[in-house]
Amino acid sequence: MAFIPHTAEDVEQMLGAIGARSIEELFDEIPAAVRAGPLAGIPEPLGEMAVGRLMMERALADGMSSAFIGAGAYEHHIPAAVWQLATRGELYSAYTPYQAEASQGTLQIIYEFQTMIASLTGMQAANASLYDGASAFAEAVLMAVRINRRSRSQRILVPRTVHPHYRSVAHAITSYQGIRLEEVEYDSRTGRTPLAALAAFDGEDLAALAIQQPNFLGVLEDVDGLSEWARARAIPIIAVVNPISLALLKPPGAWRGAADIVVGEGQPLGVPLSSGGPYFGFMATRMEHVRQMPGRIVGRTVDLAGREGFTLTLQAREQHIRRGRATSNICTNQGLMVTAATVYLALMGPRGLKRVAASCHARAHELLDALTGIAGVRAAFTSPYFHEAVLKLDRPAGPLLAALARCDIVGGLDLAPHYPELGHALLTCATETKTSADIAAYAAALRAVLQDAQSAQHAPAA
Amino acid sequence: MSEIPADLKYTKTHEWVRTLPDGTVELGITDHAQHALGDLVFVELPELGRRLAASEPYAVVESVKAASDVYAPLAGEVTAVNTALATTPEQINQEPYGTGWMVRLRPADSAALTRLLSAQQYAEHVGPEEN
Repeated sequence: MAFIPHTAEDVEQMLGAIGARSIEELFDEIPAAVRAGPLAGIPEPLGEMAVGRLMMERALADGMSSAFIGAGAYEHHIPAAVWQLATRGELYSAYTPYQAEASQGTLQIIYEFQTMIASLTGMQAANASLYDGASAFAEAVLMAVRINRRSRSQRILVPRTVHPHYRSVAHAITSYQGIRLEEVEYDSRTGRTPLAALAAFDGEDLAALAIQQPNFLGVLEDVDGLSEWARARAIPIIAVVNPISLALLKPPGAWRGAADIVVGEGQPLGVPLSSGGPYFGFMATRMEHVRQMPGRIVGRTVDLAGREGFTLTLQAREQHIRRGRATSNICTNQGLMVTAATVYLALMGPRGLKRVAASCHARAHELLDALTGIAGVRAAFTSPYFHEAVLKLDRPAGPLLAALARCDIVGGLDLAPHYPELGHALLTCATETKTSADIAAYAAALRAVLQDAQSAQHAPAA
Repeated sequence: MSEIPADLKYTKTHEWVRTLPDGTVELGITDHAQHALGDLVFVELPELGRRLAASEPYAVVESVKAASDVYAPLAGEVTAVNTALATTPEQINQEPYGTGWMVRLRPADSAALTRLLSAQQYAEHVGPEEN
């Protein structure tokens, strides 16, 4: 879709149509005190050539780093066909199509996407996507409160093993609606949420339980045990999952206490890391809750002549119809990212996705074996993990990561700000993009960096 | 002209109230309301035992074009819910005053009934709306 700016003539014509002489006159009712004026710190405009050069210099300054950081956003190989197809004119739209008669291609893509997400998660229905994993989690919290009509408490159990950013976004979005997110502690030896931590809430009025699988610390939770606890008490279950991992792990719909709402970050499915966005969130649920699901849903139907077609459905609870009493203020989706994800999933197929997941798992084990072979580095937990794990170090992770960055290695995430009780801890990840040589290079660099830190410590004061 | 049975009480928001022999009241939406909404596809009903305040939205009726709140004409406790509507919401279109009833309430204050509209008052209220 081309970007077509207004010409001076266009502006002139539009002003003429409404009888204003200038843009200044059009806006003259806005008091001077509330006008923004020129923005401080924003440089003068540049020509295209100069902008291209500036961006190239900035990109080169980043280097060609080898990234072993995950923590919610994951580097995966994206086949060239994904973005070649996603940016075709027929499909290239960032917005949900209202006009079914003009948007069958986009609508069918979204419909196929929903079907794939429902199938991956073991649910019956999925929406057309949300903004990202964190806001999808917040929407799941709001939805859980709506579907649990037995509970008056609006208290949601959220283990500390759920992504810290997801927890803070959910808090920001839901706290002013009277919803309370109650932390559940994890076992510092296993990195899991123990059933005993839930037992403390036995008999209390709870609106929902959230479970992240694999959890933020990379560990596989006892999803059967946790979900069964909630199911036995008729507490709705929110599952937060990594879509790639679902090719190997039991889908939340098949947990012993089947999940009611499944959400997650869709970025691993064909969307580049791209400095943090745009990404997309996904959400799926069971049919019994489908009317409480926020966002757009595309349905398959037939026209008057009996021909198959696709259209937006279940819109009656959306904001443009229900105003303040709408199910959610989300009335859109991440069309372009979803198009890429649909192409990615179609190219991979169930077998391809399983190979990607298995390769991630194998690489993460190789990484952990290599790194824990270094003196002063050990695995924090004993539990199984997918493609990410916590390392305990004998000195603070922050300076070590900075030293690794100078060797063009992004070693992982320093957990100190989020989990200070873990001591010097680092969350590290390997996906199918890492070769044995990459892993060996990381291990060699970490060994060198640790040795440097050690000798600096023991060096006699100058 | 929509049907407005003479033996029922009404609200300006198009709910009807029938007093049952045991002193409880049956609630639903009027023929006028069902006609204005169009074909209903879903009805969300309250839990048994829930205490409703007067004018509180207690149910949602969803048609192909809109989802609308249904308000409690008077305060009371829900003693019965027409669960058949979960699978056959069209009963509200077909028999709004019969099989399309929504819930039964034990009124907190039966005097509240006298403050509702009579059939004639309701007919006058919808009169101008009808066109």
